Amino acid sequence: MIVGAGQAGGETAIRLRQLGYAGPVTLIGEEPLPPYQRPPLSKAYLSGALPLERLLLKPEEAYAEENIVLLKGAPVVWLDRAQKRVRLQGGRELPYETLVLATGSRARALPVAGADLPGVHLLRSAADVDAIRAELGTARRMVVIGAGYIGLETAAVVRKMGLEVTVIEAAPRPLARVTSPEMSGFFLDVHTAAGVRFALSAQAAVIKGDERVRAVGLVDGEEIPCDIVVAGIGIIPETSLAEAAGLHVHNGITVDRFARTSDPAIYAVGDCVSRPLVHYGREGRLESVHNAIEGGKIAAAMIAGQPPPAEEVPWFWSDQYDLKLQIAGLFNGYDETVLRGSPAERSFALFYLKEGRLIALDAVNRGAEFLGGKRLIEKGASVAPAALSDMSKPFKDIMTAALASQ
Amino acid sequence: MPKITYIEASGKEHVIEVPAGQTVMEGAVKHNVPGIDADCGGACACATCHVYVDPAWAGRTGESTGMEQSMLDFANDVEPTSRLSCQIKVTADLDGLVVRLPKSQH
Repeated sequence: MIVGAGQAGGETAIRLRQLGYAGPVTLIGEEPLPPYQRPPLSKAYLSGALPLERLLLKPEEAYAEENIVLLKGAPVVWLDRAQKRVRLQGGRELPYETLVLATGSRARALPVAGADLPGVHLLRSAADVDAIRAELGTARRMVVIGAGYIGLETAAVVRKMGLEVTVIEAAPRPLARVTSPEMSGFFLDVHTAAGVRFALSAQAAVIKGDERVRAVGLVDGEEIPCDIVVAGIGIIPETSLAEAAGLHVHNGITVDRFARTSDPAIYAVGDCVSRPLVHYGREGRLESVHNAIEGGKIAAAMIAGQPPPAEEVPWFWSDQYDLKLQIAGLFNGYDETVLRGSPAERSFALFYLKEGRLIALDAVNRGAEFLGGKRLIEKGASVAPAALSDMSKPFKDIMTAALASQ
Repeated sequence: MPKITYIEASGKEHVIEVPAGQTVMEGAVKHNVPGIDADCGGACACATCHVYVDPAWAGRTGESTGMEQSMLDFANDVEPTSRLSCQIKVTADLDGLVVRLPKSQH
């Protein structure tokens, strides 16, 4: 039984069948849709380029074809580990032999008065984006609260549609939690050139309006007029079921490398877990497709009695305007950066090193640097800064030479 | 609807009807054809949807972009007709297209 029908839950179910698992598989989701991709929600689904049927990971029939029972619109409200049962909203109880928690995360709510006004949105689900899209035809001025990936991707999409956009961010720079000052500066310039306004080191104090939102008031008293607000201020792992059931939870459901929780009959995968980050010697929570898919692969392999795959270096991507940002590794703790290529030409990579070893990279429109760098990080490779920045050689040659010298 | 034949590395064939406008990758993933991972869902961000276009069709699947080329360079067992299948858009002209799948995407 899999609780949570997002990408991690869906992947677990499909993988179980691909690995030849023949037992019954039930996939229970709170949302009214079969598992779908979340990354396009703030990109091609928001712009309208990607219709709902292409957002779905598989068409709904594909689950029945694989003999997977899919229960949609069915929140699980109670987990009884002693009796090995879950209870759905409405009272229906279902027994399990092995349970996979793939409960994901929820968008952090705006902690200000007026957050419940019509025209104020969070962006986490397809339904959220449907609601935003329904207002984009008439809206002229958007305020985006939070300059993380969700906020900046949203700003890029609606700016291209012609709306006026102001992004409010509490930190002094965009993407402050996820990347370096150099990359923040690059994306700030890109969005500013596209006509997006920024209020940095600024905090929303109140959202004003009567029938619907009319303005966002900042702590310093400034008022930004708008007719639609989208907030992307982070997500909170959905661990309430696990906590109430007494599983070990610390910034996510604690799991080992094999997706096992503190209960041998229960695995957990995706956004809701804190797991060993084997390339970095610590535990942490990852909010990404890579993590969702990998967790699904590992849990499915364990349940099917097969060897789990080795962990990949964490990776991620973001699309803004004509830029494809690809990220490998976790940059925290770097002591040196190396630039390769040209930010002015919107084609470059920034490498993060710690004590001479490559630990992470951000690549803008540079696929080779992303894939090659990811391999170097995986191997814990030490690379000379001068080699990384040498544009006279293709990156694949640089990678090969660096791997040979380890 | 255009029919596309996917041939697994083992030789097993899958003939799938893929709506025009979708990609060759989507046709495989949405019908549980094993051998195409497409982790990123078609964003040209991961290079796990590598296929070999049948040489008879190689000229008709469009040009690959610089981004696709630079990513393909890191795929396993690349051949002259290698493509990332998320970057091949299905049209009526591709009815009958044949693609082979590599042994592994990683």
